[in-house]
Amino acid sequence: MPDTVTILVNGREVRVPAGTILAAALARAGESRFRRSVSGEPRGPLCGMGVCFECRVTVDGRPYVRSCQTVCEEGMEVRTDD
Amino acid sequence: MIDRRLAFDVVAAGAGPAGIAAACLAAESGLRTAILDATPWVGGQIWRGQEAKRTSGAARRWLDRLNASGAQVIRQAAVVDAPRPGALLVETPEGVLEVSWRKLVLAVGARELFLPFPGWTLPGVVGVGGLQVMVKSGWPLAGKRIVVAGSGPLLFAAAAEFRSAGADVLLVAEQANLPRLARFGMSLPRLAPRKLVQAAGYQARLLGIRYRTSCWPVEARGADRVEAVDLRTGSRTFTLACDVLACGFGFSPNPELPRLLGCRVEGGEVRVDDWQETSVSGVYCAGEPTGIGGEDRALIEGRIAGHAIAGQARRAERLFKARSRTRAFSRAMARGFALREDVKRLARPETIVCRCEDVAYRELAKYGDGRSAKLQTRCGMGPCQGRICGGAVRMIFGWEPDSSRPPVFPIEVAALRESGADPGAPSPGRG
Repeated sequence: MPDTVTILVNGREVRVPAGTILAAALARAGESRFRRSVSGEPRGPLCGMGVCFECRVTVDGRPYVRSCQTVCEEGMEVRTDD
Repeated sequence: MIDRRLAFDVVAAGAGPAGIAAACLAAESGLRTAILDATPWVGGQIWRGQEAKRTSGAARRWLDRLNASGAQVIRQAAVVDAPRPGALLVETPEGVLEVSWRKLVLAVGARELFLPFPGWTLPGVVGVGGLQVMVKSGWPLAGKRIVVAGSGPLLFAAAAEFRSAGADVLLVAEQANLPRLARFGMSLPRLAPRKLVQAAGYQARLLGIRYRTSCWPVEARGADRVEAVDLRTGSRTFTLACDVLACGFGFSPNPELPRLLGCRVEGGEVRVDDWQETSVSGVYCAGEPTGIGGEDRALIEGRIAGHAIAGQARRAERLFKARSRTRAFSRAMARGFALREDVKRLARPETIVCRCEDVAYRELAKYGDGRSAKLQTRCGMGPCQGRICGGAVRMIFGWEPDSSRPPVFPIEVAALRESGADPGAPSPGRG
């Protein structure tokens, strides 16, 4: 297994150690807003355990992916602005 | 809709310490055993990262034992329904499984209890346990100023870990008062001597960190993320500028799957007999769902369930005394860290209680019961299905959640509905 993986965060390349969860990769990339709430507030991870859905992002076009329960894979395209 | 059918003698739902212990003992006795977990990992929240790092003795021993036991491990397996007695419907990335069992062990763990206060929805306000788990999987804390606030022994352990990860821990704020904590501390040598050794270990790493009792957060401030937190102690309020506010007010058992299976739940805890069997014959429960007690209690209850299922009554009985001790520890912990009324009443009229649907306190306060509030405001009807606001609503208004209806965790369905896609169309997650 390679030591690092590269993902695309809102079109920007981000390299992280293999095994990093997506939520952590987004934080490393400097993102604090993972989604907007129904009334437009910025939100980020809360529970870290896959329960609250606050950390959800769009991965490879698939919405509602919980970034705290997802391990980064090479070439993943992630959007926090959908 | 079912892609594959699997049949086992024993199925453990949840691969934390309780589920692992039960699955090991069942498999070692020759029973065909499977252990399921909703995450990609084995070890539960408490042993997160241990599969790779193997630094904790107990985790290493049990993970090795599980590997050698012959139990089948099924990851990313979310139980969504129990369509008939003796079967679970399980969603995995490879498709939907129907998993049948003769004995089932519910080892579904607990989740952190969050109480709403002004600003708790800002990015950077994170659960203590949640942040601890994420730090183990790469969340960056180096150079971050962090305030740890809430209640429970976890605050210590977490603060020590955050510091090891390079964070500048400004304060650990514990809402309980010192006399209560002292009584809890005095019970440790009798109930859990091992915890004292652990605590001593943390103490060395906590040197220089400010720890305040009778202190709790009242407001998180910031524009797009948390920039400061107001804390109260006695009649005084003070402000600390910070990058992260890690909060947690204890844990509550995950009740969804036990409720779905019809197990009797009292006071939020699953009732079990001496053998860890629930009110439903053949369905066992071990660990946090029977009462918050941490790793030691989970392992002992899991072992008792495993022995009982394997027909090894004598071996199970030999663990009863140790179990009584861990349960006494649970009670001492609940007393020591009981939440004061002030922290249950931090929400202001405009404070959001349901984060999925952005329902404010004042909207909910119009209703006399949880059911009408839910129907009128959609509180608890978003993707988390009330898992976050449910605990808060119970604390604030005394409303109990409805009984669980399938799907227990409607990940795909919710995703498709909320995204406006046709729920009948094939899921994009399963190409």
